[in-house]
Amino acid sequence: MTWDELQPMLLPACWDTVYMVLWSAAIAVLVGLPLGVLLVLTDSGGLLRNAAVNKVVGAIVNVGRSLPFIILMVALIPFTRYVIGTSIGAEAAIVPLAVGAIPFFARLVETAIREVDHGLVEAVQSMGGGTWTVVRKVLLPEALPSLVSGLTTTAVALVGYTAMAGAVGAGGLGDLAIRYGYQRFETNVMLITLVILVVLVTAIQLLGDVAARTLARRGKKTSGA
Amino acid sequence: MITTTGLRKVYHSRGRETVALDGVDLHVREGEVFGVVGRSGAGKSTLIRCVNLLERPTSGTVEVAGTDLTALAGSSRRANAALRAARSQIGMVFQHFNLLSARTVQDNVELPLEILGVSGRDRSRKALELLDLVGLADKAKAYPAQLSGGQKQRVGIARALAGDPKVLLSDEATSALDPETTRSILQLLRDLNQQLGLTVLLITHEMDVVKAVCDSAALMKGGRVVESGTVAGLLATPGSELAQELFPVGGEPSEEGRTVVDLTFHGEAATQPVISQLARTYNIDISILGAAMETIGGRQVGRMRIELPGRFEENVVPIGFLREKGLQVDVAPVDGTATPKADDALVKEAAK
Repeated sequence: MTWDELQPMLLPACWDTVYMVLWSAAIAVLVGLPLGVLLVLTDSGGLLRNAAVNKVVGAIVNVGRSLPFIILMVALIPFTRYVIGTSIGAEAAIVPLAVGAIPFFARLVETAIREVDHGLVEAVQSMGGGTWTVVRKVLLPEALPSLVSGLTTTAVALVGYTAMAGAVGAGGLGDLAIRYGYQRFETNVMLITLVILVVLVTAIQLLGDVAARTLARRGKKTSGA
Repeated sequence: MITTTGLRKVYHSRGRETVALDGVDLHVREGEVFGVVGRSGAGKSTLIRCVNLLERPTSGTVEVAGTDLTALAGSSRRANAALRAARSQIGMVFQHFNLLSARTVQDNVELPLEILGVSGRDRSRKALELLDLVGLADKAKAYPAQLSGGQKQRVGIARALAGDPKVLLSDEATSALDPETTRSILQLLRDLNQQLGLTVLLITHEMDVVKAVCDSAALMKGGRVVESGTVAGLLATPGSELAQELFPVGGEPSEEGRTVVDLTFHGEAATQPVISQLARTYNIDISILGAAMETIGGRQVGRMRIELPGRFEENVVPIGFLREKGLQVDVAPVDGTATPKADDALVKEAAK
C-alpha cells in the first residue's frame, strides 16, 4: 500500500482514536472521581463512615477492574445498543471504554485522596467546615497533582483499549492496524500505526507529567522545582 | 470561658478499651493563657480535641463561651450546623501547622473566611490585616513550602484568628520549632492574648512554655488532671509537683544532721533580702544548695533550697522567721534524700 493510499485513512483513524479517548476519559473523570472520593469518605475513619456503602462501591469497582476489557466490551453490547442505538462505530465504543475506565480511575482517585494529610482535614473541621467543604477545599486541591497523574495513566490505558475496540469495528488506529496491517499483511501500515500510537501515548504522558509537575511545584520550594 | 465537666473519652479497638480521658474537670477563665502539661499518652491531645469536638467525648460536657458544645453534637443536620458555627468561634493552631500546600499564604488565611461566607474583598482585607499582625505582610503571595517553620506557624496563627475567635486552642504549637523560634511564637501568643483579650488554651510537654506564657496550668497524668491552678497559686502550694517541675531545685545536704529547707518566693518577698536578714538576725551560716529565679507575668518568682546548721528541732525559730516574711517553706525529709523521686519528675519528652 502506498503512502498516497494510506494517508486518507490515517487521519480519520487518528481522529477516531483521540475522539474515543477524550470522551471516555471525560466520562471516567465525571463518574470515577466521585466514586473514588466516596470510597475514601465512607471508609472506616472517613468523614462519612458507612461500611455498607463502602463495601458495595468497593465490590463494584473491583468487579469492573477484574474483567478483561475485550470481554467487558462484548458483554456490554446490549447496553451500548440501548444507549447509543448501535454497537458499531466510535460512539458505540465510548460506552465500554468509559465503563472500563471508571473503576480504573476511581481506584487511582482513592489512592491519591488517601495521601492527603489528615491534619489538613482536621484544620478545616476546626474552622467549622463540613464534609463538602473538606472535599472541595482540601482533598481535591491537595490531591490535584496525583489526580492529574492518575488521569494520565487512565488515558494511556484507554489508548490501549481503543485498539481492542478496533477489533469489533469501532474504527481508530487499532482498527487500521488489525484490518490492514494484520489481516492483509500490509507491514508498513502496521508499522506506521504503531509509530503513531507510540507518539500518541508519549505525548499524553508528557503532557500529563508537565501538568502534574506544574501543579506540584506550588507546594515545593522554588529552588527544588 | 472554657469549662469541661467530667469529660471522659474511651476508645474501643478490637474489643479492648482504652481510657484516654478519665473524668477531666477543667476551667479556663476569660482572657487567660492556660497550659496543660503532661507526657505523651497523658491525654492532653485528646483533651484539646474534645474542646472543639474534633473528638466526640464519650461522656461529660464541654462549654465554650457559654455554649454547651456537647449538646450541639447530635447527629441531626441542624445540630451539625450549630456545632460548625460554634467551632468557627474557636481558633486552633497545630504542631505541624496544617497549611494547605496548594494555596498561597494569603489564601490559607482566607480559608476560614470562605467557610464563613465572607465576600472576596473583605476576605483579602482581613487576611492582609492578620498577616500584618503576625509580621508576615510581605509573604502574602508565597506558598507555605517557601516558609520556615516559625513563619508557617505565624500563618497558622493568622488563620486561626481569621474568624475573630474568642478562644484559641494550641496543640503543641511550638513543639516542632527550635528554641529561639519557640520564644518568638510564644511572645506572639502572649501579645495576642493581651491585645485582643484572647483566651488561650495550650497543651505542651515543655515546661518552658508554661513558664514563658501561662497564667494558669494543669498537669495531666493517665487521663486525669492531677494538679491545676494559677501558676502563682501552684508555686504557693506545698508539695506541688508542677511547681517542682517549673522550678526544679536540687542539691544534697553537705553532711548529716543538717536541715534542708525549700523556699518559694513570690510577690513582695521576692524583692527583699530575706536570706541575709536571716543570717544576721540569728547569726547562722546558710548554704544555698540550689536556686531558680524566674519572671512570670512580670512578677519575680523563685525557689531556693538552703541548708541550715543543726537538726530541724534546732531551727524552728529561723523557719518561723522565714514564714513570717511571707515565704513558703517546705522542710525536706530528714533522711537527706530530699529530691523527689526521679521517675515522678516530668521528663521532657521528645517532640513527636
